[in-house]
Order: sequence, then structure tokens, then C-alpha cells
Amino acid sequence: MTMRHIMAKSLAPTDGVRDYLAAQEKKSLLRFLTCGSVDDGKSTLIGRLLSDTKQIFEDQLAALERDSRKHGTTGEDIDFALLVDGLEAEREQGITIDVAYRFFATPKRKFIVADTPGHEQYTRNMATGASTADLAIVLIDARQGVLRQTRRHSIIASLLGIRHIVLAVNKIDLVGFDQAVFDRIVEDYRQFSRDLGFQTIVPIPMSARYGDNVTGRSGNTEWYSGPTLIEHLETVSVDQAVVELPFRFPVQYVNRPNLDFRGFAGTIASGSVAPGDEVVVAKSGKSSRVKRIVSYGGDLAQAAAGQAVTLVLDDEIEISRGNMLVSPAARPQVADQFAANIVWFDEHALLPGRSYILRTETDQTSATVTDLKYRINVNDFAHEAAKSLEMNEVGICNISTRTPTAFDPFAENRTTGAFILIDRISNATVGAGMILHTLRRAENIHWQSLDVVKRVRADMKNQRPAVFWFTGLSGSGKSTIANLFEKKLFATGRHTYILDGDNVRHGLNRDLGFTDADRVENIRRVAEVARLMGDAGLIVIVSFISPFSAERRMARELMADGEFIEVFVDTPFEECARRDPKGLYARALNGEIKNFTGVDSPYEAPENPEIHLKTLGKSAEEMVDTLEHWLNERDIAEDQYDSGGGI
Amino acid sequence: MTIALTHLQRLEAESIHIFREVAAAFAKPVMLYSVGKDSSVLMHLAMKAFYPAKPPFPFLHVDTTWKFREMIAFRDQMAQKLGFDLLVHVNEDGVRDNINPFDHGSNTHTHVMKTVALRQALDKYGFDAAFGGARRDEEKSRAKERIFSFRNAQHVWDPKNQRPEMWKIFNTRIASGESIRVFPLSNWTELDIWQYILQESIPIVPLYFAKERLVVERDGMLILRDDERMKLRPGEVAENRLVRFRTLGCYPLTGAIESEADTLEAIVGEMLTARTSERQGRLIDRDEAGSMEKKKREGYF
Repeated sequence: MTMRHIMAKSLAPTDGVRDYLAAQEKKSLLRFLTCGSVDDGKSTLIGRLLSDTKQIFEDQLAALERDSRKHGTTGEDIDFALLVDGLEAEREQGITIDVAYRFFATPKRKFIVADTPGHEQYTRNMATGASTADLAIVLIDARQGVLRQTRRHSIIASLLGIRHIVLAVNKIDLVGFDQAVFDRIVEDYRQFSRDLGFQTIVPIPMSARYGDNVTGRSGNTEWYSGPTLIEHLETVSVDQAVVELPFRFPVQYVNRPNLDFRGFAGTIASGSVAPGDEVVVAKSGKSSRVKRIVSYGGDLAQAAAGQAVTLVLDDEIEISRGNMLVSPAARPQVADQFAANIVWFDEHALLPGRSYILRTETDQTSATVTDLKYRINVNDFAHEAAKSLEMNEVGICNISTRTPTAFDPFAENRTTGAFILIDRISNATVGAGMILHTLRRAENIHWQSLDVVKRVRADMKNQRPAVFWFTGLSGSGKSTIANLFEKKLFATGRHTYILDGDNVRHGLNRDLGFTDADRVENIRRVAEVARLMGDAGLIVIVSFISPFSAERRMARELMADGEFIEVFVDTPFEECARRDPKGLYARALNGEIKNFTGVDSPYEAPENPEIHLKTLGKSAEEMVDTLEHWLNERDIAEDQYDSGGGI
Repeated sequence: MTIALTHLQRLEAESIHIFREVAAAFAKPVMLYSVGKDSSVLMHLAMKAFYPAKPPFPFLHVDTTWKFREMIAFRDQMAQKLGFDLLVHVNEDGVRDNINPFDHGSNTHTHVMKTVALRQALDKYGFDAAFGGARRDEEKSRAKERIFSFRNAQHVWDPKNQRPEMWKIFNTRIASGESIRVFPLSNWTELDIWQYILQESIPIVPLYFAKERLVVERDGMLILRDDERMKLRPGEVAENRLVRFRTLGCYPLTGAIESEADTLEAIVGEMLTARTSERQGRLIDRDEAGSMEKKKREGYF
């Protein structure tokens, strides 16, 4: 191998370097993505851009030539897609799986480009690339025209706040550089996208593979008088002027190295701030003034959107991570109910009623979708009724959060109007949300402050509230044990109530069936009722199959600490099917009943139940003794704790 | 009012945001400190992010025992000067088995002394988040990686199934035993790094500057013979040449370039006309196709 020996001697003098760097610093940055359907040439286009703007080093080019011979799809030519398809699986399969970020610069501008996958399966990775972009290049294969993925990607780009589109009608060489084909595709796209809120749509006929109209004007498209791609990217204005918006400062980290310093660290989401400015704590409404803007190089006289700073206030007011410091004149919404667009990423569908973790830039709370209003059909924008949102689908939902959160509508502020949803068990990022507006009822219905509280009600009954949550297969013995347990408690003067699966389904939940979505809602309602009863001071016994751990966890989180007691009534499937008290197993195994737990619908056994009842070979009385013993132990422990730990 | 941030200000703010997010959301973070130029920038940003406090996490150096002596001296000097908590981990099993780049090849050496050593250290201290200085412009598989990159309890990266990463909203949730690798410099390029070092006067290891050094030409690379453990092959002669390093790693695996660039300005000037990427000087990336991705999946940074 020959080595390049690079000599500094041939370079411009030091002053030249300084000047060059000063010029670099003045360049603006454009973040964009390439998207569109599979095989429309996204990766090839980026490879072309990198190559034509001289961003590829000699050793990289040598590697590319090697790889092109091994994996390439372009015969003898260099396959530029291999520059960006960096994962082995991608190179082997010749597809893009995940987003790649590449960097290049021209004399006029710096660029970060996200090359995103076209396969529907990897839509979440396209959304990842789009979330930080200001412009999207939508590629279309001139032979194919506007496809389903073209539409899906355009809708997602629009929802994520992208306002500038380049419509790259690619592979124009393969349709003989025909203007009629180009015009037809452009017209199709304009028709389709007229309600997507794009400020600019710039169509360019292009051949990424041969470079026509990418960085140089093509001699093959005399009929086209618009800019080349690079000319447009260098000049398009995408500024969203976030500095002009009201001041928003999501508090990310409270910096408290010693008692004399208490700073609030975060990145200014919008607007600007200076010492002396009045600021308001969004969630509490308390106000103070900015005393200092602390930075490593010395205090700042002002700071603006995009800067990561540390603010010190005049007053000692309560502020923690997740709260927001805001302009007193224009405050954000603070609510626990709002409507939002959701893009769903996970293979497990979004189910209304299921509890997820909602994260904004710095805040985190539990959230449920209370109402899936409709799903958007990506082909024709039709609003379709839906009971769940499947992977890669887009819908409009009402969301309810456990604690109020501070936000702006996404259309007004891309930073404070966005959130993600996280699965409570797998911790996967399952969805992304863009807030539309607060729901009225959240603004108008405030929590009533009540003097007669749970503790007082329970004390009057001389007991501690508890929710015994029985979970287990149908026929495992839940109802039998629950009934016996209640009798025993009643006999000792306790105030109790049983919520039984079958009985509740005849009344409160008569409208629900047995799909996953309905099972989730079934549990949510029962959990809420159990919580109210616990609040009334009762000992509640819930006897529900409750097959999903996510819903049991949601129920647990509704109750006060120590009040939720998960009881796993553990009877093997074979035994339940043998007992079959209602004849249901026989029918389910015959295929007469659908979605039957343990047969064709899963049962997720609890991993750490408070009480684990293994019923085989034991009597119901023995089980009840275990439960009662457990309850007595808890009450004694809590009484001791209340009176100072018994010391 | 118009306050347009410069390119470097924007990068700096993004990195500081990432540092603070980890400090706020994780129980036991650590910063991987490799002593190179990217680590120097990372350290500087960490100091900025938490000022006037010190970074609320320790710095970990995984020492393969084959680093340049000047790197070790610089490391200890920085730890003393900035007063951060420095942890040094060596894979003692590898030392016992005398794993080295000459007898075992760069692949095995890197795996045992770097990748395995790193996993050992993370497990030993129970770190749940680890900062690294990797940049997306370095290498193709890095270009695909998230800023918050999930690792399962075996430290394995699953590149085909990464968590979506929307806006600046990072999913910091993990189960016990799992961890996140965090890359605050993801969006920086090599040029940005040098520009920032110049702008902020950040100290770096002197090996980056051109100087007469005793080097041996081997396998197309100029290797600095840092100690007696490197035996000369027949016909090889060590000769004084004016060289410097574009990246730093284990000395037997890191090629020098001939250069007269002995100031930061000259280094930047040299970069602007460079025709090869910085990783070209790294023997370990050329071992096999997709070698970086493979190493990363196994737990390498």
C-alpha cells in the first residue's frame, strides 16, 4: 500500500487558516433528510452529494471501490449507496435499515443530512431523521410516480413540523428525460400535499446516479430552468425565528454544588433572557427575576434560544426538573388532558386505556390515551375510526396524564410541543406525539380540596384501605377464594367490597368485548373504581383474570404506596381446563370462543406478586388464612411506623 | 433581536444538553476518557456543562498497557489539574496471558484489552451510562448510531433494532443491568473538533504536534517505537522523521504521518487539504470489512 505523505509546507500561512475558520463560523447550518419509497435512490443521492462536494477521502474511496465490487448493485460503476449503508445487514441486503447522519459543507453552507430508510417496516427510523430536520428531500422514482411510502413520509414530515420540501424526481434518465413524466408527477404530488402545510415545494428532475441537476446543471433537461439541488439547498431559508417566540426554559438539571449556589440548567427552547427579566414557574405560577446567567467563561448579559445555560434566580422558589421557566406575558398551557397527533412505532399496537410513560424534553409522567379519535389513512387522508393504532400508523388521540405538564401546541413551538411515549415494561420508545391543544375539561375541572380525606374515612372504619388484586387464569379459583376471604374479613368487622370480572362485565363494562384493546379498557375502569373505593376507606377485592402485566402495573400505580396487593392465584392451565367450571375451556379449545386467555390470548404471569397462592393440593381455607395473615402483618407494621417505628 | 449562534456554539450547546440529561436521569454515569483529542473536547464540555460544580461523575480510562507514554503522563497531569475523579482499569487476565498486538494481532489485542476490559470496568462499578467521544463522521457504522445508544445486560448493541430518537427527547429508561452509551460529540466533525480546540485553547497530548520522532516503517505505517517491547524485524531501522499523529491509540497500532504542523493552526491547515480520513492511521479498522460494527456490537465504544 502506498502512503500519502502530507506536508504542511504547501499550505496557506497561519493567517489564511484563521480567515478560513472565521468564514466557516459564519456559515449557516441546514439539517435535512432524504426520504421516499424503497429504491428511489436516497442513499445514492447522498453518496453523489458527498462525492461531488469532495467530502470523500481517498482511503474511503478505495474502500468504496472494493465494496462496490463485492456488494454493489451498479455493475462496474461505484455504488454510492454503500457510502451510507454502514451496517453489515444493510450491505448484504442492499437496503437501508436505519438512519445515517452525514456531514458536508460547500463554500456557502454546512449540512447535516439524515439518510432515512424507505421500507415501511423502518418508518420509525425515518421519523427519527425527520424530527431534527428543517427540510425534506422526497425522492420519487420517475418510473413509479407517487407511491404509498411517498405519501406516508410526506405526512410524517408534515406532522413533525417540516415546512420545506424538495421533490426530487429521480432516475429521470430512465424515462428519457421526459418533461411530460416530470410534470405529471409534480402535479400529482402538489394535489396530494396541498393540505400538508408545506411552505415551499421545489421539484427538480434528477439522476442521482449520473449527477444530473444534483450539483451541476444537466444538459439532458433543457426544459428545466429551476435550480440544481445544491443551489437550492445552499440558498433556501428555513429559519423559524424561535428567538422571536415567548421565552421557554425547560429545567433540565438543578445544579447545587453547595448551599450558596442553586442554578437551573437547561437549553432555552425559545425566546431570550437577560438578568433582571421576570420569569414565571409554569406549573406553580410563582414568579421571580433572573439574577445571573452563569457560564464557564463568565456571566452572560443575555442568552437566546438554542443556548445551554444555567440561570440563578432572585428568590428561593421551588423548581425541579420537568418544570419550565417562562415569560410572564405569554405562558404555556399547563394541563393533564390534551389532544395530540401520534405516530406509532411499536409492533405492539397502541391501546387506548393502557398506561405509557410520557416524556417531554425534561418532564416525565404516566399517560393514557383516553380516546383514539381517528386514524389517518396515508393514501387519501381519510379519517378512519380505529380501536388501536398499529405500527407506522398515524392517529389523533386524547391523552390524559397523571400529573399536569407544561407545553405549547407543537405548531407554535417544536420543542415544547413534542413528547414521546415509552412502554412501561420493555422501555421501548413506542410512539411520538405532537400536541394540538388542551382539552377544555382539563382547564375547567380542578381538583376539589376535600377535608374529609381517605385517612379519616378509613379510621372511622377502624381499618387500613387495601386493594387485593386477584389475577389468574379462568377457573383458577379466584372467585371462590375471594368470596371466602370477604366473609372472613366481614366476620372480623372489616368493610369490604368485591369487584368480580363477570359481574362488572354485566354492568359497568357491558360495552366491552375481549380484544386486547377492550381488555385494557376493562382493567382501567375497574382499577379506577377500586381506587375510588379505596379512597372511601374500603378493603377492595378485585377478582379479574387481568392477563397483561402492563395493566396490572397501571392499576398498581393508581393506588397509594402499599395499598395495592397483587395476589397471583396460580393454578396450572391443565388443571383449570380440567376443572372448567363454566365449560369455557372446552368451547375455546374447540375454537368456539375467540381471544380466550391461555388458549389463543396470552397470560403474563406476575413476576413479583405480593402474595403467590399455589392452589394445587390446597384448600380455599388455607389460601384465605395466608391472605388474612398477610393483611394483619401489614397493618401491624404500618401502625408501628406511624407511632415512630415502635421505639 | 437577532442572536444567531455560530456553528460551534450550536454544537457546544447540544453536547452540554446531553451531558446534563445524563446527569439528571441516570444513577451512576461515567465518562470514558481515552486521552485523545476528542476526549479532551469531551472533558472541556463536561466542565462547562456543570460549572460552577465539577462534573458529577468519574472519568474512566481503560488502559491497554500499550498506550503512548506521553498519553499516560498527560492523563495524570489533567486529572490533577482539573481535579476530576480518575479511574484506571486494566484487564489483568489479559496482562497475565501477556496479550499483545505483536503475538496476537490487533484484533485479539483490541478485543481483550479494550472491549473486554471496558465491559469488566462497567460491570465492576455498575455504571448505567457511559459517555464516549465517538463522532458520526468517523466511520460508517458510527454514522448509524443514536446519541443515546442502548446496550443490553451483556453490553451488546443491536444495530438493527435501535430505539427511535426523536428531537432532543431522549429515552433514558433502562432495566437493571442494562446501560446506555452516550455520545455527546455525535454531530461534530473532525474539523469542528480542531476548530473548537483552537477556539477554546484546550490542552491536547503533544503527540498531535509535529516533532522529530524515532519511527519504524512497518506494513505501510510509521510506527513510533515507544518502548523495548516492540522488537525490530530483520531489515527494519528506526529513523528520525518529522511526524505527528492524527489519532491516538495503542502505539503499535497507530500510524504517524509525516508533517511539519507544529501549531494548531498548521494542523487545521493540514486537515483542509487532507486526502485521507483520520481512521486510515488505525490498523484495527482495516482488519476486516465491517470491523468497527462488529467491535461495537461486542461492546467496544
